[in-house]
Amino acid sequence: MSDIPTDLKYSQTHEWIEVNHDGTASVGITDHAQTLLGDIVFVEPPEVGTEISMEEPCAVVESVKAASDLYAIVSGEVIETNDDLADSPESINNGPYSDGWVFRVKLSDMKELDQLMSADQYAEFIESEEH
Amino acid sequence: MPYIPHTKNDVAEMLQSIGVNDIDALFDEIPADLIQSDLPKTPGRASEMQVSQILSRRASQDGTPLCFAGAGAYEHHIPAAVWQIATRGEFYSAYTPYQAEASQGTLQLIYEYQTMMTSLTGMEVSNASLYDGASGLAESVLMAVRANRKSKSKRILVPRNVNPTYRKTTNTIVKNQKIALEELDFDSQSGTLDINSLPETPGDFAALVISQPNFFGSLEDVDALTDWAHKHNALVIAVVNPMSLAVLKAPGSWGEKGADIVCGEGQPFGIPLASGGPYFGFMCSKQALARQLPGRIVGRTIDLDGKEGFTLTLQAREQHIRRSKATSNICTNQGLMVTAATIYLSIMGFEGIKQTAMTSHQNTQKLIGMLSKIEGVSVVFNSANFHETVIKINKRVDEVLTKLAEHNIVGGVSLAKNYPELENSLLVCATETKTEEDLAEFCTKLKLCLSNNENPGKS
Repeated sequence: MSDIPTDLKYSQTHEWIEVNHDGTASVGITDHAQTLLGDIVFVEPPEVGTEISMEEPCAVVESVKAASDLYAIVSGEVIETNDDLADSPESINNGPYSDGWVFRVKLSDMKELDQLMSADQYAEFIESEEH
Repeated sequence: MPYIPHTKNDVAEMLQSIGVNDIDALFDEIPADLIQSDLPKTPGRASEMQVSQILSRRASQDGTPLCFAGAGAYEHHIPAAVWQIATRGEFYSAYTPYQAEASQGTLQLIYEYQTMMTSLTGMEVSNASLYDGASGLAESVLMAVRANRKSKSKRILVPRNVNPTYRKTTNTIVKNQKIALEELDFDSQSGTLDINSLPETPGDFAALVISQPNFFGSLEDVDALTDWAHKHNALVIAVVNPMSLAVLKAPGSWGEKGADIVCGEGQPFGIPLASGGPYFGFMCSKQALARQLPGRIVGRTIDLDGKEGFTLTLQAREQHIRRSKATSNICTNQGLMVTAATIYLSIMGFEGIKQTAMTSHQNTQKLIGMLSKIEGVSVVFNSANFHETVIKINKRVDEVLTKLAEHNIVGGVSLAKNYPELENSLLVCATETKTEEDLAEFCTKLKLCLSNNENPGKS
């Protein structure tokens, strides 16, 4: 059973977002996603300053099994990336919701959050995907 | 003798078991009007004996002229051992093996090739090779656009003194990705790129291509050009003659930060001219860009028992994993050519290629000295060169080349087609294979062709 914190929002492409009060948010991939991918060996985060749009690919996560795109869970400007991932990409495996965060974004449209799933909905979603 | 193992009975049995009457029926979904029943421009069938007779007759027409042409492909001595070893059964496979890891010997050879190329170019990573120098530049341009994270531009600055064939091939490959190759002119006195002529505000561009030596054989001020490109947040693509790296500064040490991507034609390392191919392209880069490098890369690793082994690595860049987002549709390398080059480099050693490069350089300087004494011949550019330069003659260049050919001499490559301003100019080259007598023979015959006796009524 994968770990799905209740205070985050989720996308169908297995990203999570944690929104702060100041309109910024941290983004990463879910525990479920990292389990499927296996040992992560490389992360290519977006450049700081890039404008990303919801559902567009914006980063790459490469594991021993595959290289996968990380899709923008919301639209906005990338304000910080997790530079520690360059040396320890396995942080995503070890702590997908903590040390394994990929980048921080300044949201351009808070309403987009309404389209995302809650923890319960995401749990149901991955259940349905497995069947 | 047809090389098809199935007998008529085999075929009949196979067709029967799938319930089809004849082989044509397998293709009946192809609309009849699309089927080309005959190929009028293709000669009819001939036996193996007939074909080898025709080809031997044609091959014997080639002759073995004294060659002073270069322009990207160079005649160097190839030690007999190179192809003797390369064509051994263990090596004689031109393709990246499937189930690559089952072919440890092939992988080890490619790994050693990569090590040699990185050491020559001063780069950290090399791929297992590409088709040729021209497609190497095309892949480098695509890579630079992908890899330059400081610029989203699809502009690439390409000096006109980069091999025109490379520029054309590159344009063919990149133009549909909306990448624009923007030409920079060379200085008419030196034939090189004048750093002072480069714009102070060139605008956003992804990379600058620098050819060393350039197509005219001249040496560029690579340090200043590299720093200029980096100052404008562009990457530097070095197109180099690998033989020259034995005597010139490695691209990894150009300027303050070094070139970012290095590519070129590997033919000088043990590959015969052979009417233009097959050759091989090489491509190296800095470690930081390794994940954008196209093609196969072999790595050294240890297995579960701690034993050393070789493996294809960073495959997530490649199309069988990354599909449409792969770094390139290149999925092969020039295995046999790389085998020959690796053997060539092993036999020659660094000292060997240094001597080859130096002797080629010295022969060319001698040739330039001798040619410039001939009436009607002038040296076009005043810059230093590696082993090739441009001369201008006072007669029509095509006619002179034809005359020289009658004397069994390939007198160089005419430039006017690609450079209208270099009318009646010849790109000439003398590698280590040319003796004093060869140089003298060329000069004597050229003098004869330029004299009015040989070519009456023309000026």
